[in-house]
Formats: sequence, C-alpha cells, structure tokens
Amino acid sequence: MNVVIESPGPAAPEGSFGAGFAWAFTRDLLLARRHPGETVLVVAFFALVASLFPLGVGAEPQLLARIGPGIIWVCALLAAFLSLPPLFATDYADGMLEQMALSPHPMPGWIAGKIAAHWMSSGLPLTVLSPLLGLQFGLDAATLGTLALALALGTPILSLLGAACSALTLGARGGGTLLALLALPLFVPVLIFGAGAAEAAAGGLSAAPHLSLLGAGLILAAMAVPFAIAAAVRIALD
Amino acid sequence: MNFYFFASPATFFRLAGAMAPMFFVLAAISGAVGLYLGLVVAPTDAQQGEVYRVIFIHVPAAWMSMFIYFVMACYGGMTLAFNTRLAAMMARALAPTGAMFTFVALWTGAFWGRPTWGAYWVWDARLTSELVLLFLYGGFIALANAFEDPRRGDRAAALLALIGVVNLPIIYFSVQWWNTLHQGSSVSFKGTSMHVTMLWGMLLMAFSFWMYAAGAALVRCRTLILDRERRTRWVRALS
Repeated sequence: MNVVIESPGPAAPEGSFGAGFAWAFTRDLLLARRHPGETVLVVAFFALVASLFPLGVGAEPQLLARIGPGIIWVCALLAAFLSLPPLFATDYADGMLEQMALSPHPMPGWIAGKIAAHWMSSGLPLTVLSPLLGLQFGLDAATLGTLALALALGTPILSLLGAACSALTLGARGGGTLLALLALPLFVPVLIFGAGAAEAAAGGLSAAPHLSLLGAGLILAAMAVPFAIAAAVRIALD
Repeated sequence: MNFYFFASPATFFRLAGAMAPMFFVLAAISGAVGLYLGLVVAPTDAQQGEVYRVIFIHVPAAWMSMFIYFVMACYGGMTLAFNTRLAAMMARALAPTGAMFTFVALWTGAFWGRPTWGAYWVWDARLTSELVLLFLYGGFIALANAFEDPRRGDRAAALLALIGVVNLPIIYFSVQWWNTLHQGSSVSFKGTSMHVTMLWGMLLMAFSFWMYAAGAALVRCRTLILDRERRTRWVRALS
C-alpha cells in the first residue's frame, strides 16, 4: 500500500470533501496498524471490565443473563471513551493538526475520515467481540444478534460525540477527567437505546424501535458533528 | 446611542449595576406573594394532601433550569457568531445559577417523590435527562475554566453549550415520548388543569426565580468584567 503520510494528499489546488476523507481515513488506519497496541488495549480493557462483573455481583446464570446486555454496553462505552484522548491530541501536539487545517480539503471531510478510522480501530473490534462476551453472560442467540447490531449502530455515535469532546478539550488542563465529564453525559442516550434494544430482544419484544432510533441518531450525528468538530478545531488552533 | 452601546463591558458594567438591585427587589416581592399564595392560600390537593406544595419550588426551578440553559446557549451562539466578549461573560455568569436551579429541581423532586412514589429517586426518563442537564452545566463550567486563555475557554464552552441544547427537547418531551412515572404537565398555553390560586402561586414563583436568575447573573457578570478588564484605565479609575 502506497500512502503518502507526510503531506495532506496530492498537491491539488482545490480540495474536496471525499479526497480529504479518504486521505485522513487511510492515514489514521495506517497509523493504527503500525501501532496495534492501542487497539489491543481497548479490546483487552473491554473484555477485562466485562469479566469483573460476574466476580462482583455473583455468577448466577439468570442474573447474568438479565444484566448482561447493560454491562456489555457500559463496558463498550468506557472502552470507547478510553481511546478518545489521543484522537486529536497527538496531531495537535506535533503540529499535524495545523497542517491539515491548512490543507485545501474542507475540514469536516478529513475530520469525518479521522473519526471513521477511529471507529474502525475501536468501535468495530468491540462490536465484533461483543457476541463472545455475550456468551459468557449466557445470552441467547437472538439477544446476541441484537446486541451486536445495536453496538454496530451505536459505537459510531460514541466515536462522533467523543471526538467532539476530544476536540473541545485540546490544550485544556485536567484533560482526561474533563473529557469524561463532557463525554459521558452525552453518551447517555446511546446507552439507553442501545441497552434497550438488547433488553427488548431478551424479553421477546421487537428491538426495531430502539434500533431505528439509534440509526436516526447515527445519521443525525454523522451529518452534524463533523461540522461542530471543525468549529472546535478552529477554536483550538486560534 | 446605538444598539451596540451596551455591548461594551465598560458601559454594561454600570447598566448591570443599576439593574441588578431592581431584579432582586422584583424577585423578593413576587417570591413573597407567590409563597404566601402557595403555602397559605392555595387549597390542599385532593389526592396528594399537603405534600403537593413542593411544586411551588419544584416546577419553577425545573422551568428555570431549562430556560437558563437555553439562554446560555443563545449567548454561546452569539459568542461564536459575533465574537463578542460580553456574550461569553453572560454565558459564564448564567451557568452557576442554572446549575443551582437544576439541583434544586432534582432535590425538591426527591423530597416529593419519597412520600408519593415511595422512592427518592427513580430512573425515569425525565429525572435522568434532568440529571444529564446538571452534568452539562458542570461540564460547561469546568471547560470554561480549563484554559490558560479565558477567551479560549469562552469559545470552547460556547460550542459545548450549543451541542448540549439537544438535551432540552428530550427533557421537555420526555413525559410524552416515554411512558414514565413522572406526571405530565398540568400547565399549558391552552389552559390548565389546576386550581387558579395554585396556578398564580406557581407563575409568581417562576417569575421570582426568573428575576433572581437575571439579578444573580448580572452581579456575577460584573465581577467577571472587573476580572477581565482589570488592566484597563476605567477599572483602575473605579478603585
């Protein structure tokens, strides 16, 4: 794979949304592949925290099947949050963010590309791993499928909202804690609908309303959040 | 004197100093009348007994918690759109009052919930979204103060306030969208399902809280102006 990392895309006089997206996406994916440790850490954290709950609340199969979807969601939320701080901070620290802002591509384009790459290296592994953890909690097949589907729709929203908070806290004092205070309340609706979908499936009800709301939230966030992040990055670079 | 005359911190400082006491007087008068109507004159509720009287604090505080956030977000929008210093200071000045009213709404709600629902707290959509609002206020205050450069904090917090506005319709419509324990609204623009003295007591209390919020925000804004402009000639001339 021949990817130019040094400069934002070929020296085209006018940039475009798609070219910016593709450039940032391939660059961040390549960086993630060169440092696989970060993705492994997120996944390990996810599995580890989820495994602590049966030890803490007791290993009764019925209880675990009841609380399993909620626990997996909360763990996914924390794991997604864990991978947020370096999303913009490393590029901000070494001046790359400034260079990208100066590139001809519109800011929301390459920001969306960065977020998509971030999801590929944090949200996607969590989604793929979730049925395995669900088996540990004794969830049935229908619930496992719904849980994975809800995570597939919900974790991109977490990446988008988290990226916005990550961009807002660039250069702030008390980075990580402040990021938690900003991001976790915004994650609450995703958690409610995501866990609600799996609960409904476990209770024999249709999970479609919850999944539709998650899908609607994803479309809305994907459309609006990159522009908000562009504003946040401009504030940070002022 | 044009429309932007009071956008200058120096002129606004004097205007706020003159207006804040008036707001506090209005708050005290309407609050006294409202409490008298609510606690003494209004009849006892047929179903809930005397415990319903907490609504004279609870409902106005909950209204104010959402309204102040909305006003704060509007000032945030002005900060980003026009890059005005004063709008950012007003947004900062409103946040603690809004957080206080959110806390009061949750706290009085807990005291009302214990005798009527049998629990201080339930994980109901409206309660949860109001709690998220409290965290949003906390996040706004923390983010605004997290930067060496106060202007940087102003603009980052303004953007956060705008993002958080999404929560307001969720709180407001939560009792309609979800089948919740928290009762629906008894007051609407079309009419009311409550006794007329109760309604007046509640509206007067809401007015009182509103005036208090305006007065407190102006006083807080004055201290922010003094702090930001401490190196200017007009502030030095004051001392």
